[in-house]
Amino acid sequence: MKTRFAKLWQTARKYPTIMMSVVIISVLLGIAFYAMISIPFSEAALLWRGAENIWEDTPRLAAPIWFNAFRSEKLSETVNLTREDALITEEAVSATIRKETWVYEYDFPYATFPQEMKAFFTVSADDKNPLVKFTWVKPDGTTYQLGSMTASDGSRYGISADATVSREQFNNQPLQVELYRDPSSTTEEPAVLNGTYQFIAEVYHFTDSSEIEIQFVSFGEVYGIAGTDHLRRDLRIGLLWGTPFALMFGLLGAVGSTSITFLIAAIGSWYGGWLDAAIQRICEVRLQLPTLPILIMLGTFYSRSIFLILGVVIALDIFSSGIKTYRAMFMQVKNLPYIEAARAYGASNMRIIVRYMIPKVAPVLIPNFVTLIPTFVFLEASLALLNLGDPTAPTWGKILNDAYHAGALYRGYYYWVLEPALLLIFTGLAFSMLGFALDRILNPRLRRI
Amino acid sequence: MTTQATSTLLRTENLRLYFRTTQGVVQAVDDVSFTMPRRDALAVIGESGCGKTSLVRAILRLLPSNVHTYSGNVFLNDIDVMKLSEERFRTNVRWTKMSLVAQAAMNALNPVLRVGEQVAEPLIVHQRLSKQAALAQAAEVFQLVGVSPDFLGRYAFELSGGMRQRAIIAMALITRPDLIVLDEPTSALDMLTQANIMNVLKGIKRDLEQSFIFITHDVSTTSELSDRGMVMYAGQIVELASAEQFYLDPLHPYSAKLMASIPTLKEKKELEFIPGQPPSLLNPPTGCRFADRCDRRFDKCDTEPPLQQLADGRWIRCWLYNK
Amino acid sequence: MQQEQALLSVQNLRTWFELRRWAFARAGWVRAVDGVSFDLPRGEALALVGESGSGKSTLARTILGLYKPTEGEITFEGMELSKLKASQMREYRQDMGYIQQDPYGALPPFLSLRSILSEPLRIHGIKDKKEQNDLIRNVLTEVKLTPVDDFLTKFPHMLSGGQQQRAVIARAMILNPKLIAADEPVSMLDASVRVEILKLLRRIQESHNLAVIYITHDLSTVRYFAERIFIMYAAKTVEKAPVESLLENHFHPYTQALLAAIPDPDPENAKTLRDVPPGEPPSLVHPPTGCRFHPRCPQAIKGLCEVEEPPQFTLLPGHTVECWLYKDRDSKTE
Repeated sequence: MKTRFAKLWQTARKYPTIMMSVVIISVLLGIAFYAMISIPFSEAALLWRGAENIWEDTPRLAAPIWFNAFRSEKLSETVNLTREDALITEEAVSATIRKETWVYEYDFPYATFPQEMKAFFTVSADDKNPLVKFTWVKPDGTTYQLGSMTASDGSRYGISADATVSREQFNNQPLQVELYRDPSSTTEEPAVLNGTYQFIAEVYHFTDSSEIEIQFVSFGEVYGIAGTDHLRRDLRIGLLWGTPFALMFGLLGAVGSTSITFLIAAIGSWYGGWLDAAIQRICEVRLQLPTLPILIMLGTFYSRSIFLILGVVIALDIFSSGIKTYRAMFMQVKNLPYIEAARAYGASNMRIIVRYMIPKVAPVLIPNFVTLIPTFVFLEASLALLNLGDPTAPTWGKILNDAYHAGALYRGYYYWVLEPALLLIFTGLAFSMLGFALDRILNPRLRRI
Repeated sequence: MTTQATSTLLRTENLRLYFRTTQGVVQAVDDVSFTMPRRDALAVIGESGCGKTSLVRAILRLLPSNVHTYSGNVFLNDIDVMKLSEERFRTNVRWTKMSLVAQAAMNALNPVLRVGEQVAEPLIVHQRLSKQAALAQAAEVFQLVGVSPDFLGRYAFELSGGMRQRAIIAMALITRPDLIVLDEPTSALDMLTQANIMNVLKGIKRDLEQSFIFITHDVSTTSELSDRGMVMYAGQIVELASAEQFYLDPLHPYSAKLMASIPTLKEKKELEFIPGQPPSLLNPPTGCRFADRCDRRFDKCDTEPPLQQLADGRWIRCWLYNK
Repeated sequence: MQQEQALLSVQNLRTWFELRRWAFARAGWVRAVDGVSFDLPRGEALALVGESGSGKSTLARTILGLYKPTEGEITFEGMELSKLKASQMREYRQDMGYIQQDPYGALPPFLSLRSILSEPLRIHGIKDKKEQNDLIRNVLTEVKLTPVDDFLTKFPHMLSGGQQQRAVIARAMILNPKLIAADEPVSMLDASVRVEILKLLRRIQESHNLAVIYITHDLSTVRYFAERIFIMYAAKTVEKAPVESLLENHFHPYTQALLAAIPDPDPENAKTLRDVPPGEPPSLVHPPTGCRFHPRCPQAIKGLCEVEEPPQFTLLPGHTVECWLYKDRDSKTE
């Protein structure tokens, strides 16, 4: 067994495409396993469903962080600060009132303004909720008195939407522009003042047991390793989990389709007669039917479950040209002397089919099987794009579907389209290269001497 | 280009043909030298893997792409055809001076062309005859091989195995080459058909001036057509003798054993077989290549014996007989 | 005198194949075997000689159960095979071994020799590993594929032609059959190997007292390996005789032609033409009327041979011929 593997490795090394594809597939498998281990599926599904407050601390439609590597003028990054980053002091104001001062200090070396800013509160108080007053300090010392509000558990303060600070005073720009603006710049468009900013929240607690957690977020234009979509979802989730989905769909589809096709072709060609004729007629009829419209009708009128679609696709794939090709090969094998010898020493029909005919033709199966995997991966993506996929499953196709409906390419959110597209392309490339190389190895007629 | 002055039709000197394969270099034809007079029929005998088909390829220059070495001289009518360019060889020698009836050629007839067209094709290509004139000559040749000219208009599948083989022989004959090489011409045919084909060839040899090289592994059939017999083993000639000498009194141990292994009906003799297998041509052994299967070997056999001519005119490669 | 019941008895066997045009319409029958009867006792080697299309391979395959007879009976050890169901037939397959022409094609290329030999054992219920091992070793030793351990792990492409055919013989012998059908067992092997294999077969036949049906087109080997010989032409057995009797007296014109056509290494052959009839074997779909050899027969009797099929005439003990030339010489002695 070891020497067979060594020999296989030696042959594989002669084909650089095999090495490349093995590398890519290993990377994909690594991503898939990482995704499944680091984020269990139940959690991922929940995250992807994007309920109301799951993604509230991520920006909307933010590009990936590494975009800034290509820009001289950096896009604003998202700043997300919690208790560990704050300077908290406490003092008693009166007998029953406690004042807790939260100071968030951070650097802002970017060239563009953030999209918005918010503060999120987690409060536990028995009777009265605390009162919070907000102050903003720019690096040049300018201080702004922002509004104040009663903080209840789960409430939030949208700084940009603060109505107490009238916008009219600031040339009809959104508040965060003014809060970050460099007054000394001479450009027509407002410029960002770089430096250290302070966001100060003074919390007045009315009971002893009242407690508060304040999370401050300045929503930048870039976020995370993959960016975010229109529902503020971190695309990382979708891309990561899309990998195992794609690979599984591809593998299951290819395995199911190929193995069943093979078996049916073998049985039909061996028994001949009406069974063979029936199978051939079914295939011929099916070959006239268009696949995608059938799936569209199914998805529209019946159900969009991914397993149903997969099942129907496999069924349609089985009874098509694959059976005819394999049947031709099996017909040739059927007449080989050792098959006749097997009949002579009493082998049963099933034994001949499974033990003698299938292993002879199986090497041809492998390259076909490998090149079939990307077909299924792309099929899933196409179906998702056409709104036929499972809308709750985090797949690459779904990301593309969302991007398409949000007009991503028109609006310049290229990353949203490119990231899943490139992953699809690499998957397809890897398996196709591997399949073609295997074909050259295993199909003796294509071998170069 | 033919010179009637010389009576030697074909002479090869140190002919070598080695092939490159994934496992190494196969020395298929290893330093083969022999001569052939006119109107001679030479039988080349040997088992599979002895190099006889490669010898055909070497003489007719029908080479595959993985040739490692192709050297030596092939003199046809005293002209060294090895030195000719591929183009000149194709137009002037192949099929005009030498033609080939290949192994299982009857199965290689083009199924979509009529038989007459195929048989006439060499004339159209080499002698620029019109189709009509060529077909007329094809009809003549068909008569020679014993097929009715009616079959010129038929397709290959309409002919039986024996008739297809005759058509192939006609194709080889139609340009009246000096030499016809036959590679296993009857091995796929039934015994009666085989005898009929052999009769055809005997008739051609008697009536026309063709010379034949007749290659086969079936020793008995060779006696039908040969004036001389040449035994090949592991890429070399081991014995070359006249028919009488060869069939009645083979000297080389391999030839002798080969003769002894053929069952005959005329006398009930004890059959012998040769244990072991021919050596691989990838790494031919030093010394006599038959030594490890020979029951008469002695210590001199560790060096390779040269091909030498004996007093009775035969050539033999064996230390037992070398002077 | 009590006659031991013949191992195999074939009565009036016909195997016809349907020709279909356009997968539906019937266009006739290929009459591959058309009226063959004989008995084969235990331990006897029978040679079936004929050209391609004579029906010899089809006859053997029908006896082995690979084809269904269209008419007639095959009786093996007293059981009529055509009455058996498929599952019962399997038992009888244990008693018959098959050796084919193409040694490499007869072995599955993806199985090791051990697997190839254990297949028949597994099919017939011998599952015990130790028993399988013993049987495999015994049979490999018998066919001289030794050392056994070396050969067990080899695959067919690693063996030479002769070794492959030995493996085929081993597989045919492993269930200890009573009858072996060998269809041109050596015609694809080199000349020097043929004798070895034929001698091996003869030795095995003698030591196991096997009945052998040996099919060949090469008459010259028959003398060494068979007691009886049947000459087949166009699906019929035109002459049946013990080998020595046939070589002394060849009655049927076809037999005479065959014997005249056999090549032998005699330098005189180059100087004379062989006396063989022209023509080709006839079509099996539309065989000639009357005697099937009459279009090629140099001694055909006009008005008789093309009209009526000749019956079988017994000319000498155990020597029969189907030819009108001998209609007056039929001795009713057996």
